[in-house]
This record gives sequence, structure tokens and C-alpha cells, in this order.
Amino acid sequence: MSSFWSAWIIVLTLPVLIGCAILLTWNLKNYVGVPEDETTGHVVDGIEEINNPLPRWWTYMFILTLVWSVFYLAAYPGLGNWKGFLGWTSSNQGVKSLEQSQLAVVKAVEEGRNVEFDREMVRADEIYGPVFQQFAKRDVLDLAYDDDAIKIGQRLFLQNCALCHGSNARGQHGFPNLTDNDWLYGGTPDKIKETLLHGRKAVMPGWFDALGEQGIKEMTAYVLSLSGRSVNERDAEAGKAKFGMCAACHGADGKGSLAHNLPFGAPNLTDNIWLYGGSARAVEETLTKGRNGVMPAFKQTLGEDKVHILTAYVYRLANPEKPADQQ
Amino acid sequence: MSNKNHHDKIERSVGLLAILSIVAISFGTLVLITPLFFMDETTQPVDGMTPYTALQLEGRDIYIREGCVGCHSQMIRPFRAEVERYGHYSVAGESVWDHPFLWGSKRTGPDLARVGERYSDDWHHAHLMDPRSVVPQSNMPAFPWLDTNVLDGKYTAKKMQVLQRFGVPYSDEDIEGAAAAVQGKTEMQALIAYLQSLGTHLK
Repeated sequence: MSSFWSAWIIVLTLPVLIGCAILLTWNLKNYVGVPEDETTGHVVDGIEEINNPLPRWWTYMFILTLVWSVFYLAAYPGLGNWKGFLGWTSSNQGVKSLEQSQLAVVKAVEEGRNVEFDREMVRADEIYGPVFQQFAKRDVLDLAYDDDAIKIGQRLFLQNCALCHGSNARGQHGFPNLTDNDWLYGGTPDKIKETLLHGRKAVMPGWFDALGEQGIKEMTAYVLSLSGRSVNERDAEAGKAKFGMCAACHGADGKGSLAHNLPFGAPNLTDNIWLYGGSARAVEETLTKGRNGVMPAFKQTLGEDKVHILTAYVYRLANPEKPADQQ
Repeated sequence: MSNKNHHDKIERSVGLLAILSIVAISFGTLVLITPLFFMDETTQPVDGMTPYTALQLEGRDIYIREGCVGCHSQMIRPFRAEVERYGHYSVAGESVWDHPFLWGSKRTGPDLARVGERYSDDWHHAHLMDPRSVVPQSNMPAFPWLDTNVLDGKYTAKKMQVLQRFGVPYSDEDIEGAAAAVQGKTEMQALIAYLQSLGTHLK
């Protein structure tokens, strides 16, 4: 705040307090010329106006608020740039970016400033930080079969992941099932963690312009046939001839990008698992309009330690049994 | 009646009473509100902030029309419980171009100040068509008509001109292209575009 506006606030506030005090004193005196509790002589519809003084409790409350305002303005920020002798402030409101906000926290701690929110966070970090750090030090495969870690992981999952993947983690139309050990970007702890931290953006283009209505129908037949579904043979043959355009992402064999160690999450088309539905109509829609799957990034929301535990939980969902070599 | 009783004058003159009341109240306005129009904290945007695109702006108006603000706040308070759930607390620099702001004060549903990029567009579409399809416990109403109502962009440029006058830095090209940018888009697309933009500058 500039010193002008600081002065503006002070110059207006203090006289108002003094003015209130004067107003109170003025109203406590009897100028009416009639003794208290006696009639002033006004009568309207048989109702007399009595010269009543301000009620005692009212007067005391008035005085109390005046005393309180002086204490409050001295102790807390309120009078322009005066920070108050407690140095208290709720948060670093003036920050203009995340970096500035993080710097402001460090600076406030260094300078011993009394920022309520920072103190609350530091206090919580002292209590809960070590708990998460202890888990974060351990290997994901180890945590995945640790009951305590799984309990924490489940709570994190329900709060952050269940909205899309469902509280039973079995996914739904457009959101992958996490319990079937069928992965788009990889099911190793490292890959799961990468997905959670940084998110994923999948792009399946629409092919209507390239294929046309008949072409979509043929390609649908071929794609369904890859999963062993019974289809119109002639359509499937015609679709197969054009599958080259799909092979760039899904592989010539249709087994998806993961099977070929490619990083872009093109699904395996041969396993009869369908993210957007496996009916002929759903596949046609996918081919016609394309799909844009988005997994949001959770690095900022949860932080790396919590993501580590969550990784173990997600790994456990797909691998409920502990591998024999670790037992 | 004593002549010293000046209060008597105020009591007997409604005009004088009104004027003095306004004077008394205006001290509060002058102290609490006026400086906010001139302080950096409340007039300067956060780093990298861009005004709503034409589509996002239309989405915002649909958000207002459908009364979303009645159940969803857009104000993350600086408490640990809120910050852990929603992200960094809201700062004034994020609202400087909102006319009017949509901070709200009722949370039947969750705060939306940083809902942008939190879920995918597909999720929002499924959720707005039928909230129960993605969140079984939800009591939010469905908004299926948004998917069929198509924007004509008739007033989009006008709205942006008004905001420009309020100091939102729209360029003249933005305004010229506004109608074309929203024409043919559904209200659903506009609302999702708006939601996906919320709070992303401090994320």
C-alpha cells in the first residue's frame, strides 16, 4: 500500500473513533430540559414520549467496543501500513505466482514473521511430514504389501482418484480400469509414478475424413476381429488393408504402443478390453470422432511423498498377490 | 424545549437525518473500499494471467445463468484443510478481471477456484450430463440441455467491449474474432472451457 493510502486510512479511521466517543458523551447528557424518566409532553395517539436515558448496558457496550477497537488496531494490521504489534497476518496475499508464494513462506519463517497460514502448514509438516517421508524412503514394491501404506494410499485414492476411476478403481466409460493389470503407459512402479506426477494426454485422431462412412464400418469390423469377435469377414478384410494408418501408433499387429515400448499410450486392440466401450457402435464413434483421454497431473496437489504411497496403492490394485520371490 | 437540544433538529428533519446517516456510513466505504481501487495487490493480475477467451467468457455467463455460484464457491481460504484439498489459496490478483467476481459464499458442492485442469474435458462432459454417472453420491442437478444449446455469438463481442472498458486487456483483434470463435459451439463446450481455465495461473 502506498503511503498516501496508508495515511488516508489512518486519517479517516482515528477521527471516526474520536467522533464516536464524542457522540456517546453528547448523548449521555440531558439537553431536553425534562428530568429523566418523566414525560416530555409529546403525546401521539395516547402514547407518551418519556425522556428515557440510554440503557446502562448499551452505554457500557458502546464504551467496550471503543476500547476494543483501539486495542485491535494497535495489535492487528488495519491502520494502513501499520502491521500491529503482534505482527500477525493470515497469509501472504500479495503474491503473484507460485514461486513468489513459496519464497514468501521461506522468508516469513526466516524473519520470524507471524503468518497464520504458514505457521499452520509448518506445524502440520512437522507432525505429518516425517510419516510420509518414512514411507517415501521405502521401495514401492515393499509398500504395496504394507498394510499401513495401503491404508494411507486408499484414503488418497478415494479423495483424489475415485472421481474418475471409481471407488472400486474399476474405471468407467473413458476412464481406465486400474484393477485389470492392462496398462496404457506401463504398470511398473516407475511408470505409474510418472503418470501420477505428470499426468498423461492421449490423442486418438478422428478418421472420418480419411475413411468415410463405409471405411469406418470396415475398420470397425477389422478392429473387433483383432479381439477375436465375430464380424463381417469381407468388411474386416477391407479394413485390414487400410490398417497401416493405425499401425503408426497401435503397431502393425494392433498390440498397442506399450507392447512396442513406445510412450504414447495407444491401447492394445487385441485384448478385448475397451476404454470407450467395445460395441460396434462405440468403436465406430471412436474412429469417427477420435478420443482425447486426459489424466491430470498430481505433483502439485499431492507432492512427491504422497504420490509415492499412492503409486504403491495403484500397483497393489493391479497386483493383489505378493510376488513369490518377495514372500 | 431547550434550545441546547441539537439532537431535536435531527429528529425532526428527515432530510438532515438522511444526510448525516450517509456521511456516517460513507466513512466505512472510504476506508474499506476506496483504497482497493488503487492498490497493487488488488489491481495487478498474477503473473502470466490472460483474460478469458471468447468461448471461456460465454462459458462464464452460462455458469452465472445456471446459478452455479449458488452451490459452488470460487475462493480457497488460507487454511491447511482447504489448501490440501483444492490447491494454493486464492489471491486477489486472480480476480482483477472478473466483473462481477464469482467468489460465492455457499458450498453445497466443492470449491471450484482451481478446478481447471483437475479433470479431463470428457469427465466434465459426463459429469454435467449426469453427475451420478461419475460421482454416485452427488446431489448436483444434471444440465443436459447445455449439450444441445448452440451459441450464436451475437453478444460476445459486445460483452468483451464492455469488459475492455473496465480495464480487461482485450485487443481489438480479440473482439473482432469473438463471434466467430464461439459460433456453432455448444454451451457445454463453453462451460467446460471456462471451468478448465479456473485457477490455472497459480497451479
